[in-house]
Amino acid sequence: MMLFKILFRNAFHNKLRSSLTILGIAVAILAFGLLRTVISSFYAGVEAASTMRLVTRNAISIIFPLPISYTEKIRQINGVKTVSYGNWFGGIYINERNFFPNFCVDPTTYFALYPEFVLDEAQKKSFLTDRKGAVAGRKLAAKYGWRAGDTITLKGTIYPGTWDFVLRAIYKGRDNTVDETQFFFHWAYLNEGVKRIWPGYADKVGFYMVGVTRPDIAPEVAFQIDESFKNSLAETLTETEKAFNLGFIAMSEAIVTAIQMVSFVVIFIIMAVVANTMAMTTRERTGDYAIMKTLGFGAKDIIILIFGEALVITFTGSLMGIVLTFPAAKIFSRELGTFFPVFLVSAKTIYMDIAAAFLIAFLAAIIPTHHAIRIRIADGLRRIG
Amino acid sequence: MTEPKKTIVEIRNLYKSYHRESLVVPVLYDITFDIAEGEFLALMGPSGSGKTTLLNLIAGIDKADKGTIHVGGIDITTLAETELAAWRANSVGFIFQFYNLIPVLKAVENVELPLHLTTLTKKERHRHAEMALTLVGLSHRMDHYPGEMSGGEQQRVAIARAIVTDPTILVADEPTGDLDRASAEEILSMMERLNSDMGKTIIMVTHDPRAAARAHTLRHLDKGYLNHDAVQNPL
Repeated sequence: MMLFKILFRNAFHNKLRSSLTILGIAVAILAFGLLRTVISSFYAGVEAASTMRLVTRNAISIIFPLPISYTEKIRQINGVKTVSYGNWFGGIYINERNFFPNFCVDPTTYFALYPEFVLDEAQKKSFLTDRKGAVAGRKLAAKYGWRAGDTITLKGTIYPGTWDFVLRAIYKGRDNTVDETQFFFHWAYLNEGVKRIWPGYADKVGFYMVGVTRPDIAPEVAFQIDESFKNSLAETLTETEKAFNLGFIAMSEAIVTAIQMVSFVVIFIIMAVVANTMAMTTRERTGDYAIMKTLGFGAKDIIILIFGEALVITFTGSLMGIVLTFPAAKIFSRELGTFFPVFLVSAKTIYMDIAAAFLIAFLAAIIPTHHAIRIRIADGLRRIG
Repeated sequence: MTEPKKTIVEIRNLYKSYHRESLVVPVLYDITFDIAEGEFLALMGPSGSGKTTLLNLIAGIDKADKGTIHVGGIDITTLAETELAAWRANSVGFIFQFYNLIPVLKAVENVELPLHLTTLTKKERHRHAEMALTLVGLSHRMDHYPGEMSGGEQQRVAIARAIVTDPTILVADEPTGDLDRASAEEILSMMERLNSDMGKTIIMVTHDPRAAARAHTLRHLDKGYLNHDAVQNPL
């Protein structure tokens, strides 16, 4: 008990040094937590992917479309429950700064495949019956102050011209891991327009979303779909939604790796700072440790004192950092919500913060402790005075 | 006829040298002498004569190169590090020139510190520490930190810490070296009382003649050699 009293008081004896070290740790853990959350948000789509859904796209590249006529053929494959389809629209709202994902989809089947998008029944009905109708996520609607009934105009980038939609429904996520920043409208509405401006590109879809009856048959269904279109003009590549989303992340792997490295560099830097603090602290207390050894305390007690002090300092800072991560993530999410639609501090991130705190304390204390234990009492006592 | 006093410390053919990289610096040569129980011995000599080294060896905080030291019948030169630590905790009380109190502990907590290595309960430890502080006249300063006390008061706390475990011997290294005259006199009187009233064996290193004058026996060291003639203090 006395040892704990000493180590706690030692930790805050030099108030300025301890405060600055704790502040440094708090900022480092905050930065580490945010960077880990950024990485998690890259994988949010993968985490949210359903094992019951497959994505079918053109085997050459996703930029090449597939004929709408594949719908019926896919539907007839054993194990297929629902088939939906859509296109990436890539429209701009007012200007390029207002980015949000926007798709045209087959409304009935698409929302049947995505039960995590929760729609009010009346609004849903209104959307389904209006060819120009659109659905926006709750966060997206809130960001631009949209309400049901508002007309929203998007400027086409892939499909030229301006496209007017009437916002008929606002969806909510079933839980906080669901992206609420997307915008959907009727594929048929787009197709009508395309027929007018680019007849050759009409009746094409960018992707099929396929719902399977059981998750365990998904690989077999994927195989069957691709087999069905082998040697056709537009061969398909079907994969699970998770694999499809991972493919997107692979494109930005260098960025994710860089963020990961920066997060570890932050921990390494703060480890050096804490190690320096512990080295100074231990050198100052060489006399105290020598006295304790003189009185009969052993190496184990000195280890408790130094490691304990490092843990107290590191955990105080880490706790502050962890607590600050939540409001910081909220601000981050608000400001960059369209880039990181699901920006949640996960339990895994908190565990990593705690593990980092342990690692910092342990590595920072190891050399000073070794030194304090090894020093002869007589040499330690000579340092006093 | 008075009964001869029992020997509490028996030192035989003690050698000690320090190693500085490849350099070997001899400090003590063939030291042999006894200290009787209840003795108040002053070890004197010029700087670098090996007084503190000899005191450290007797107190078990340094290891001799050769020779034996028996304290209370135990040859401490044969004890392993952990055994030596346990022996020090039970048998030796330390008083240093710079008091060496733990700055983050209150006076009473500093005195209690060595008792944490005993089987005493929290209550008993506190009571013992209070008694020791009362004995050195500091019952009113129990909750003060070392930084809030004068040098003399800090040294009294150190004395209380030294005696609280009721050790076999008390070792004091220049106990008045950092004190003004009045405080030094107070500390020396206290040590004298510990010796005369409580029968504590005290081994004190000093080069202050006024401090040495309080001891019963004086021994001189010079360049690592002990003057084998112990001088009875004329005072």
